[in-house]
Amino acid sequence: MLSFIIRRLGTMALTMLCLTMIVFFLINLEPNLKKLAISQTEMHTSAEQLEDWLVNHGYRQNFFVRYGQWLGLLPKQPVTDPATGKPTQRFTFCNDPVVPTFSGVLEGDFGCSTKFKTTVASKLFPALGATGILMFCVLAVMVPVSLLIGILAGMREGSRTDRVLSVASIASTATPEYVSGVIFTVIFASWLGWLNGSAASASQGITFYNFTLPVMTLAIYGIGYIARMTRASMVEVMTQQYIRTARLKGLSFGGVVVKHALRNALIAPFTVIMLQFPWLLTGVVIVEVMFRYQGFGYTLVEAAGNNDIDLLLGCSLVSVFIVLITQLISDVGYAFLNPRIRVQ
Amino acid sequence: MQVQYISAFSVVLEVLSRFWPVWVALIIVMGASFAYKKRLALYGQLFDSGVGIVGVGICLFWLFTAIFASTISPFDPLAQVPVMKDMLPGAIEPQSGLVYLFGGDKLARDVFSRMVYGSQIVLIIAPAATGFALMVGITLGLPAGYYGGKIDTVLSFLANLVLAFPVILLFYLLVTPGIMDTPIPYAMAGVFFLFPIIFFSVLFWTRYKNRPDRLYILLGLTLIIGGWIYLGLVFDKDPLHIVHIDPNQLNIFVAVVFASSPGVFRIVRGLVMDIKTRDYVAAAQTRGESPWYIMLWEILPNARGPLIVDACLRIGYTTILLGTLGYFGLGLAPESPDWGTAIKDASRLLRSFIHPALPPTIALMSFVLGLNLLADSLREQSMKD
Repeated sequence: MLSFIIRRLGTMALTMLCLTMIVFFLINLEPNLKKLAISQTEMHTSAEQLEDWLVNHGYRQNFFVRYGQWLGLLPKQPVTDPATGKPTQRFTFCNDPVVPTFSGVLEGDFGCSTKFKTTVASKLFPALGATGILMFCVLAVMVPVSLLIGILAGMREGSRTDRVLSVASIASTATPEYVSGVIFTVIFASWLGWLNGSAASASQGITFYNFTLPVMTLAIYGIGYIARMTRASMVEVMTQQYIRTARLKGLSFGGVVVKHALRNALIAPFTVIMLQFPWLLTGVVIVEVMFRYQGFGYTLVEAAGNNDIDLLLGCSLVSVFIVLITQLISDVGYAFLNPRIRVQ
Repeated sequence: MQVQYISAFSVVLEVLSRFWPVWVALIIVMGASFAYKKRLALYGQLFDSGVGIVGVGICLFWLFTAIFASTISPFDPLAQVPVMKDMLPGAIEPQSGLVYLFGGDKLARDVFSRMVYGSQIVLIIAPAATGFALMVGITLGLPAGYYGGKIDTVLSFLANLVLAFPVILLFYLLVTPGIMDTPIPYAMAGVFFLFPIIFFSVLFWTRYKNRPDRLYILLGLTLIIGGWIYLGLVFDKDPLHIVHIDPNQLNIFVAVVFASSPGVFRIVRGLVMDIKTRDYVAAAQTRGESPWYIMLWEILPNARGPLIVDACLRIGYTTILLGTLGYFGLGLAPESPDWGTAIKDASRLLRSFIHPALPPTIALMSFVLGLNLLADSLREQSMKD
């Protein structure tokens, strides 16, 4: 088991290295650098001045050197001020070093956000915290509801409850966040006026009034999928011999479901819930933009829209990490929950 | 100038009558399918269950809407009639006397016509991108599952690499105006669009190796048609100027294929690993058939059930992806009538007007729902066998 986890962690590190390199390459394509230089200098700068800006801020160094600097394997060089010839800070607003230092992701320095004029860490981690709250609420709604729907539907396969709930869960998987968000806003905010159509005020304080719509919107897409997986797993368990034995022993139907079927039926949904995280990540971006909630997704969109290199790299590092770690947890957890599975 | 309105009831009637070519086509196709369902194999079995009929009906409805879009929609989807800005549903356009059935949006365009034309964009890109993703996934998944070993390790690692990207991040990196100045989208298109040609060439080669009369015709056709489309799509150098794709559409297309082919790869690989242990594969190996013959003519036909179901779900998922792209304003032109862009435009103004938001959302939802219902009943039917 331990060697399995270590091997998986090794693959994970390799994957992250490859992915960050690809992201680094794509963000640093020539058109993107041009766009960054234009947004960071004053209006009407000539092509030479843009080029100077890029050279002065170290964007013209060798690709691998810059990747190594970002990673923390090579020392970050201060830039030379063209006027005085002395080394100066690259960006004054985030205390960049004036002497060459190893200061990359491996040392815990995520770099400097050119859009928000601050360090990436001071922007990214509060945003992650805000998204964490949102995710927690979503999971707290999504998991119990979807498991309940799945169990009720799978308990008696082919019954009317099963058919109604199955069609409902298919409908919910056909409703992406930007569709359900619009429909819920129209119903609950525009017509009924019960809820707030914007979660911008949620960063000051979360209330039922401003936080329900984002949570509902985000939960609804996942509910259908998890419910269907739970149903499939429940249906399979209910056909097993030990369920029949328990029924023939004289146990009540409810007792059989709760005591015998449930525990075995919930192994598969665990994996599914874990693998939902990557999907939730996309949903988070849509919902945070739609409801103007200042979290991780909002930061990602701002970073991508303004070509904020270090911030976008930080965002992708975080999201890739979340995807990989949930995959690992789902594999390891599955082996723990189901003793029949032996990992090699 | 005062704009006249028609009543809600006549709006409904008018909408229903506007769709007349769709109803006619739907009645003909559904009637014919129902009458001959015994002879139509898997497709015919769909008509045995209510869910299947509804799924086929919704999908065909949007298919015919896309085909007859120019007949159905009363206005040009891009035309702006200033007096109709933000008009409520049922407003009569003074000059032509035609009705803005679902009202006008903030740029005074007809919401109904935009919804109808939006179906064209979705129904061209989503199935085509899914088709290419299937080709790429199958061509790479077959050897990975069949041979195992090093090929499998490398290809699976690459697939997992792409799958570890959150889709939204991938799109923000791959679908930008800037990237069209670089050769990256064209290089990717060049690689992806090669796969169908390779697939069909190998398919015909393995089967008709010893029958040159058939082989040369089929291979020639594949290479001519494939090469022609390839020239048109990748280099935009179609000598006849029929096959053409806008650079930004090519960019979206490539990104969507890139995002969904690893999923197909994984499914195909899993299916092949399961099927290759069967007796008929062992029999073919004993006969001395070549590995690619076994993969393409023994294993692939037996994996078709799950693949068809997956393709249906995947078209729906691609539709959702296209909507996401539109919602973030990536790739598609800002005035494009596709549903995602329309939802983006309308959702910003929900506080003042809700009518431009509802038609595209309901359209997108119903189409994906139709595909999911179709996939569900296909799965159920194929399980019965």
